[in-house]
Amino acid sequence: MHKLLMTRFVPVLLSLFITSTVTAEVYHHPVDKITKSTADHTKFPQLKRNFKNGPEVTKACLECHTEASSQIHRTKHWTWEVPMKDGKVLGKQHVVNNFCISVEGNEPRCTSCHIGYGWKDKKFDFASQENVDCLICHDGTGTYKKLPAGAGHPAYQTTVQEKKTYKKVDLSHIARHVQNPDRHNCGSCHFEGGGADAVKHGDLDNSLLKPDRSLDIHMASGKGELNMTCVDCHKTEGHQVPGSRYEPTAFDKHGLDYPLPDDFPTTCSSCHGTTPHKTNKKLNDHIDKVACQTCHIPQIAKERATKMWWDWSKAGKFDDKGKMIVKKDSTGHPTYITKKGEFRWEKNIDPEYRWFNGQMNYTTFLTTFDDRSIVQINHPDGKAGDTLSRIWPFKVHRGKQPYDTQLKRFVKPKLHGPKGSGAYWSDFSWDKAIKAGMENAELKYSGKYGFVETEMYWPISHMVSPKEDAMGCVECHSHGGRLESLGGFYLPGRDMNPLVEIIGFIVTFGSLIGIIVHSIMRYTTQKKMKQEEGE
Amino acid sequence: MRKVYLYARFQRFWHWMQALIIFALLFSGMEIHGLFKLMGYEAAFQMHNYFAMGLLAFILLAFFWYITTGDFRQYLTEGNLLDKILLQARYYMNGIFRNEPHPFKKNEISRLNPLQRITYLMLTLVGLPAQIIVGFIYFYFNELVALGMDPALLAPIAYIHTLLAYLLVGFVIMHVYMTTTGHTITSNIKAMVTGWEEVEDD
Repeated sequence: MHKLLMTRFVPVLLSLFITSTVTAEVYHHPVDKITKSTADHTKFPQLKRNFKNGPEVTKACLECHTEASSQIHRTKHWTWEVPMKDGKVLGKQHVVNNFCISVEGNEPRCTSCHIGYGWKDKKFDFASQENVDCLICHDGTGTYKKLPAGAGHPAYQTTVQEKKTYKKVDLSHIARHVQNPDRHNCGSCHFEGGGADAVKHGDLDNSLLKPDRSLDIHMASGKGELNMTCVDCHKTEGHQVPGSRYEPTAFDKHGLDYPLPDDFPTTCSSCHGTTPHKTNKKLNDHIDKVACQTCHIPQIAKERATKMWWDWSKAGKFDDKGKMIVKKDSTGHPTYITKKGEFRWEKNIDPEYRWFNGQMNYTTFLTTFDDRSIVQINHPDGKAGDTLSRIWPFKVHRGKQPYDTQLKRFVKPKLHGPKGSGAYWSDFSWDKAIKAGMENAELKYSGKYGFVETEMYWPISHMVSPKEDAMGCVECHSHGGRLESLGGFYLPGRDMNPLVEIIGFIVTFGSLIGIIVHSIMRYTTQKKMKQEEGE
Repeated sequence: MRKVYLYARFQRFWHWMQALIIFALLFSGMEIHGLFKLMGYEAAFQMHNYFAMGLLAFILLAFFWYITTGDFRQYLTEGNLLDKILLQARYYMNGIFRNEPHPFKKNEISRLNPLQRITYLMLTLVGLPAQIIVGFIYFYFNELVALGMDPALLAPIAYIHTLLAYLLVGFVIMHVYMTTTGHTITSNIKAMVTGWEEVEDD
């Protein structure tokens, strides 16, 4: 009883008296320039000049912010490398994915989302101070854009790339109009993961720049809405932005601790506590088994379709005239591109659900796998019945990608590059592309390749719906509901014990048949007796 | 033919309230169990919990009434209970078709036949309390796990609760049918409404 008091009732009471949970008031109170910052960058003489390129701007920044690049160098935004406890080295630079498969070998294209300048091959200097790109995160004008295949540089001259014109960016003006990161800063990479808007995550796309409340209750930007930005939850210190999908927090047991999180990063419970439901208190009993996101993000890709399927094995088809093919669906999304293969897109979809304890298991380029079944590039660890796992929503991106049929490992094809380099997008030979990619990465390749079906799990935390749109009980507590295939536990409304049901059936229908037979016998015998009396 | 006053006002009130509550519980419970969709899972769940509290309150009230009024003696029997039960059962299986008289006469002192005595006694002392206890364990599952209960007990508890509910369905069907076996088809139900029942002369 004592334990119960201390673990359940006391914290709830304390939370009522000491901290009040969040209310739907304006999160960002309007402030003027003076309140916002002690420095007005438009007054800095260092910034009142022309800049030839990005690194020159960074040098100017470093004159005052002397340690900024050193801080950046320690972040995974810079290194794209995350060493894990189990010895695996993950991070964008190293992991396999089932979109464009591998960063290495495709640097000038993939590294257009690096917060640096000039990562065009393996020789990139990760110790360089001036190659840190301050503006991609701190641009306050919304005009700073990196070129799609510029190794992180923006357009210093008006440039045409991938059939789009990129206007010359005004570095001087942007440098004088910097700010703390807003949604458009983070979004310039994270909303466009996978190469274009909404492709990768399912819960992050450009609709979040100006969302209404039904799309995302926290980021809703209308009048009187919270209008929260990414860094309000991904609260950053020393340029370390918390909230990694390599080491997510699947279960925050501490609860209310915003704005000084003892968990790193902020979770739902940091602001809402561990007993947030006030009217239907039974909902609080779900918190130990169900992540907040599961019920409060009923749909993902709410406004823009996200990619669900990418089949590389279909790539490389040309039309009769030998030209590349592009097929689009009725909404204008490509369903086939000669360079990339076959795609499927879906909008406003239900996520998939798995038990998740915060550990993600990764298949790396060094892992040998069984190619007779679908290969999970990553999959959430966890099970029903332990105290760490909760049911989490995921976008599962599926597809087919090349692998080494002899070594049973993934391969890194070189996709981006000029004709003759072996790059698939120029030469259209998988064998050459894989050879070039594997040689560049100094990895073994047997010379035999095939295509294997893969799955990749993306945990969902954004596009939180307003409470009136949260999932109803019956979405899961029913036959054929959202949790139909999630086993290992009893779910009321879904699960039945066959023996109990058979007994129930016999008892119910047995007694019904019994009384029907009995009443018919009563009726006929009574009638007979009356007739006999009458005679 | 004579009229006897069998059921006191409280007994009738209790009986019909309990009937209402049990119907509501069975109905909402079936929806929660996923047998049909009518009012919605959440509404069924809320209804089930409120009526469960009601059932507990009424059963405690009934215990209080039976003990303080001494009416619990109606449930006591003398002699060989098994013989008497078999005699009553034999009547329903056989005698009822031959217009035989009821083997046990109803009067103010003894209004229940031996089969009724044992059935109602088991229902009130064993069946319903067991169902209520299991139901409350189910409802307060998280709290009990926090106190050290094995979380793996959720499924067995749910199965027992469901099984007892099915048995209760069986009881309700038989019980309603049995009310038609009185002096006339409706005399038993009339008695439970008015308190007065027409019985055969001694």
